[in-house]
Amino acid sequence: MGFAKYELIDKNDTSYLKCYGIWRVGTIDKIEKKLLKLKNSKNLTIDAKDIKDLDSSGALLLFLLQKNVQDRGKKAEIINLSPKHKRLLEIVKNNFIQNGKDFKTKRSFLEAVGKSVIDVINYLIDFVGFIGELFVYTLSMFKNPKNFRFKETVYFIQSAGISALPIIGMTSFLVGVVIAYQTIVQLNKFGADIFVVDASAISITRELGPMITAIVVAGRSASSFTAEIGAMKLTEEIDAMKTMGFMPFFFLVIPRVTALIISLPILIFFSDMVGIFGSMVATRAQIGLSFEIFINRLYEVLALKHYIIGIAKGPFFAIIIALIGVFHGLRVSQDTESIGKETTQSVVNAIFFVIVCDALFSIIFTELGI
Amino acid sequence: MKSVVKVENLVTKFGSKVIHNGVNLEIERGEIYAILGESGAGKSVLLKEIIMLLKPASGDIYIFGKNIKNLTAKDEQRIKKEWGVLFQFGALFTSLSIANNIAFLLKEYTKLSKKMIDYIIDEKLEMVGLDASVKYLYPHELSGGMIKRAALARTLALDPKLLFLDEPTSGLDPVGARGFDELISNLRDILDLTIVMITHDLDTIHNIVDEMSILADKKVVASGTLDEILKSNHPFVQKFFKNEYVNTRLRNV
Ligand SMILES: Nc1ncnc2c1ncn2[C@@H]1O[C@H](COP(=O)(O)OP(=O)(O)O)[C@@H](O)[C@H]1O
Ligand SMILES: [Mg+2]
Repeated sequence: MGFAKYELIDKNDTSYLKCYGIWRVGTIDKIEKKLLKLKNSKNLTIDAKDIKDLDSSGALLLFLLQKNVQDRGKKAEIINLSPKHKRLLEIVKNNFIQNGKDFKTKRSFLEAVGKSVIDVINYLIDFVGFIGELFVYTLSMFKNPKNFRFKETVYFIQSAGISALPIIGMTSFLVGVVIAYQTIVQLNKFGADIFVVDASAISITRELGPMITAIVVAGRSASSFTAEIGAMKLTEEIDAMKTMGFMPFFFLVIPRVTALIISLPILIFFSDMVGIFGSMVATRAQIGLSFEIFINRLYEVLALKHYIIGIAKGPFFAIIIALIGVFHGLRVSQDTESIGKETTQSVVNAIFFVIVCDALFSIIFTELGI
Repeated sequence: MKSVVKVENLVTKFGSKVIHNGVNLEIERGEIYAILGESGAGKSVLLKEIIMLLKPASGDIYIFGKNIKNLTAKDEQRIKKEWGVLFQFGALFTSLSIANNIAFLLKEYTKLSKKMIDYIIDEKLEMVGLDASVKYLYPHELSGGMIKRAALARTLALDPKLLFLDEPTSGLDPVGARGFDELISNLRDILDLTIVMITHDLDTIHNIVDEMSILADKKVVASGTLDEILKSNHPFVQKFFKNEYVNTRLRNV
C-alpha cells in the first residue's frame, strides 16, 4: 500500500506544496501532524495533481491546510484536483464546522468528593425505597395470592438452589477436611484428640456451613440475578412489562427472593452433612478414629441448638443475597458497562452484608447465652 | 474484478429448517444494490453470511473477487477494514460516547493525531446531519433516528469502499429518510462506494437503488433494475409493487 507524500518548495512569495501518493485515512497519518503544524508565512499553492486516491479524511486534511494559511491572512489555493476530488472537497468544506466549543468539564477535587458522598446517600435512599416497595407488593400478594408466580419460583429453586449442590458439596467437604486436620494438630499436643469432633461439628454447623453456603450462593446467584435483570432493563423488557400491566416485582423480584428463602436452609443442611463427613474422613486418615466412634461422639456433643442456629440463618442470608442481587439489577442504566459494574458490586455487597449479618447473630446469640 | 460481491448457490439451514436453497446474486462496483423480500425471507441471514458472521451450509460467497471460504486471517482482516456495516439498530457501543464510537476505528487502525481525529469526528457528524453537540452524549441519550445517523458516521469513519446497510431508513422520519437517500447516493458518486442494503422503503428503491434482488421461496425470484423487476409475475412482486397505492406513488414521482 502506498503512502501519502508531499514536497514543499519555497518560491519568492509563495510556497508550493506538491502532494502525491494515496491520501486516505489509513495513509495520511505519517504526514498529517507535520502538515497541520506547518507555519509558513507565505501564500500557499497546493498541487493535488498527483494524488492517486483521495477519501474524505484526505480531503479534510487538504482543506485544513488551506484553511490554516487563510486564517493567517494569506492566500491558499488547491490546484489540479480531478473533478471527483473537487466535489469531495466541496462536501468536506460544507460539512466543516468550527468547533470552538469545549463540552468537557473538569471536576475539582471538592466536587468529586461531594459527588461520591451524594452517590452513597442516593444509593441508600434508593435501597430503602426498594425495600419499601417490596414490602408493599409482598403485602398485596398476601391479599391476592394468585399474584404469586409459582412456576418462576420453582425455576429459581432449581437454578439457584439445586444446581449449586455440587460446588457447595465440594467446598464444604474440603473445609471440613481442613478444619479437622488443623484442629487435630493442635489438640494432639494435649493428647485431647477426641475433641476434634466437638470442634469441627460445632464450628461447621453453627458458622462454617451457613457461611460457605451463603458465599457460594452470593457468588452464583447475586451475580446472575443482577445480570439477568440488568439485561432486561437494557433491552427495555421491564418497561414493556410495565406497559402491559405486569408488575416486575411479582415476576422478577418475589420469585427470586422466595426461591432463595426456601433453598438456602436446605443447602446449609447439605453443607453441614458433607462438611462433617469431610471431618470424619480427615480424622480417620490422621489419627485412625473410626467413623463409628466419631458418630457416637457427635451424638454426645452436638446439641440440636447449634444445628438449628446454623439453619435459621439461612432465610436471612437468602433475603440479603436475593435483594442485593435484584436491586443492583434494577440499577443498571442503559449501557452495557453498567451491567458489569453492578454485577461486581452486587456480589461484593452480598458477601459483605452476609458477613455483617453473621457477626450480628454471633453477638446476639452470645449475649442471649445460646 | 468487476463484481464486488458474488453469491453462488448458497444454501442455509437452521437445524432442518431450510432458509435459502440456491441463492445467486452478483453486485457490481459502484452500484447501489437492494435486497428485498417479506419479513422472514432470510434477508438479514443472507447479509450476515456475506459479512462473515454466519457460515452457510453450502455455496460460495466472493468478496472483492475472493472466496471467503479460503481467506487467510490477514486477508480477512484487510477486507474487514474495507467494508462498513450499518446494523438495523445501530449497534453503537453503549459504554462509549458518540465521539468515541466514531473515533474507535480511527484509534485502533490509524496513527492519526488526536486533533485530526477530532476534525474527522466533526466532519462525519456533520456529514450524516447530526449536530456536533451530540459528540459527548451516550447512545442511550439519543433518539432512534439519531442513533442510526451516529452509527452511519461510525461506519463511515474509515471511508469504506463497500457499505452494507440493514434497513437504513426504517425508523427515520420521511424528511430524514430522503436526506439519508441523498447522502448515500452522494457517497456512492464521490467515494466510488458500493452499497448493499436491505430495505422496504419504496422511495429509496425508486430514488437511488440501481439494481435489486427479490428474495422469496428460499431463492432469488427476480433481479435487475426496477423496470425489469416490475415485469415479474411473482406474487411478492405483485403485492409489493403493483398495488394501487404504489401505482399512484410511482406515477407521481
Ligand atoms: N439464529 C437463528 N436460528 C434459527 N432460525 C433463525 C435464526 N436467525 C434467523 N432465523 C430464521 O431465518 C429466517 C429468516 O430470518 P431473517 O433473515 O432475519 O428474515 P428477514 O428477511 O426478515 O431479515 C426466519 O424464519 C428466522 O426465523
Ligand atoms: Mg431482518
